[in-house]
Amino acid sequence: MSGFVLPTPPDYAGALLLARNVTMRFGGVTAVSDLSLALPAGAIAGIIGPNGAGKTTVFNVLSGFYTPQEGEITFDGASIRGKEPNDICRLGMARTFQNIRLSPQMTVLENIMVGCHVRRHCPWWMAPLGLPRFYREEEELREKGRRLAERVHLSEQLDETAGSLPYGAQRRLEIARALATEPRLLLLDEPAAGMNPQESLELMHFIGHIRDEFALTILLIEHDMKVVMGVCEYIWVMEYGALIAEGTPDVVRNDPLVIRAYLGEDVVVQNA
Amino acid sequence: MRLDRNTFLSIATMVIFGLVLWQAETFLGDYQIYIAKLIFINIILALSLNLIYGFTGLFSLGHAGFIAIGAYVSALCILPPAQKEIMWILEPIIWPFSDLLTPFWVSVLGGGLFAGVFAIFIAVPVLRLGDDYLGMATLAFAEIIRVLIVNATPITNGSLGIKGIPGHATLLVCYGWALFTLIVLARLCYSNFGNVLRCIRDNEIAASVMGINVFWNKVLSFCIGAFFAGIGGALLGSHLSTIDPKMFNFLLTFNVLMFVVAGGLGSLTGSILGATVITILLEWLRFLEEPMDLGFIEIPGIPGMRMVVFSVVLLVIILKRREGIMGTRELTWNRIFAFFRRLERREKA
Repeated sequence: MSGFVLPTPPDYAGALLLARNVTMRFGGVTAVSDLSLALPAGAIAGIIGPNGAGKTTVFNVLSGFYTPQEGEITFDGASIRGKEPNDICRLGMARTFQNIRLSPQMTVLENIMVGCHVRRHCPWWMAPLGLPRFYREEEELREKGRRLAERVHLSEQLDETAGSLPYGAQRRLEIARALATEPRLLLLDEPAAGMNPQESLELMHFIGHIRDEFALTILLIEHDMKVVMGVCEYIWVMEYGALIAEGTPDVVRNDPLVIRAYLGEDVVVQNA
Repeated sequence: MRLDRNTFLSIATMVIFGLVLWQAETFLGDYQIYIAKLIFINIILALSLNLIYGFTGLFSLGHAGFIAIGAYVSALCILPPAQKEIMWILEPIIWPFSDLLTPFWVSVLGGGLFAGVFAIFIAVPVLRLGDDYLGMATLAFAEIIRVLIVNATPITNGSLGIKGIPGHATLLVCYGWALFTLIVLARLCYSNFGNVLRCIRDNEIAASVMGINVFWNKVLSFCIGAFFAGIGGALLGSHLSTIDPKMFNFLLTFNVLMFVVAGGLGSLTGSILGATVITILLEWLRFLEEPMDLGFIEIPGIPGMRMVVFSVVLLVIILKRREGIMGTRELTWNRIFAFFRRLERREKA
């Protein structure tokens, strides 16, 4: 346990997700270097940083798409380094994507039901046999899908194809599909991208509500500073693959390194 | 299960259609019955490929291989031992195949199971590939199966093929197996399992993040498709009464692919329509190859002419209606009723 210096997160003992000294290289490029973060259960936290800072790579490492060359990741006390994305989802981590990944020809309800699959009990071969147990569960999944659709204000569009929805609704649908996997930790990759100020504001409230309602821990990447500062309780700032600052929104906002990363060297000099 | 209007209508249609087919010999000639049987077999083949390609998005060109396995396994099961002894002239047939004799339905299921199990061996190494590479690899595997059949003379009678397969595949039997295929696949594809397969087709990454084991589900879909291809092959062998390795070349896969694409990828009813229309069209266009007397000019028969016309028809389909007859939609009772309601309203107006 010794040999590395942990940052000082708000509540290290109750950390649901813990990354220690994670380094991810692609050939000669180091996308994430020596990143450590501890996310306490029940928190809403954010990762911010300029474009290309390695934020989405961090998400891909956490959700199992990449195995980091160095470092250790634990989720709820168990190591998830090197596990497949589907196994990590089963453990209770769900995520959305920066570029929306829905099935455009499938309906809203069907898209949500795909998320329910991981928690179902009846195996596939029960379907052709027509066992009542299978159809009871199928009906339960449909009901669960309807409830989630209602939660993200999509119950009017249940039978519309996902591709026909406006952009903001597609984002909400992706969140509903992620919630259908019954996660404890939800990773949101730029949830407010492409939204107008009004929609972003609604999204902020929505994120707070679902955290309480589904007892979630939420980690998000966001460019919209209003959303980040408004909703996150703790923020990590990345630049060139490394953490340059962390803390509560107030601390981060006034950190000279953060200001420099976002606004450039000159501003800091002038301020000083 | 509750019996609602749509289920009732489906069952009624199946039963009435079955009764009509039962009496088909009274109003259809031998040739028409031959075509009708071929249609049902082609429907089975089209449905099975649609599960693999249309629903799961696996571009598989190995269908002929699975059809061949089904046809050979079934033929070996139903051919009387005495006949086998006479026919295997290159090398005598080896035990236990020499003494094997099972009822027809066992042989059909056996053909399907063999094809399905064989599919696992292909699927595990090959399904890690994507798109075009998967197509090439499965095509190569189908050729491997064919070469194996040619060379396994003590079992398959090599390139001579098997002749005189008992014609157990009557019209009703073919109809029954087609119904079985349709019901199993419809229940699979329109349960949440089908949603999962379509999600894998549209976006593998999203599927894996939703906790879906993408690889395992692909293997499963591939094997179920191969199982039904084997069943179709078994019926095909009994229907044609003769099989030989040359039959199961790439053109057979291409035919099935054509049914599926013309009907609509991801639509079961589309596959049924596609298989029916194209099978009939292929037969009906035969008149083009006969000598024609137009009064003022006499055209001698040109062999292969129907394929030329057929290519033109396909080109028109591809240009005018790329997504096939049905697209990804299904022909459901609700749609049919909605269509008639629209007609009624238009007449009133």
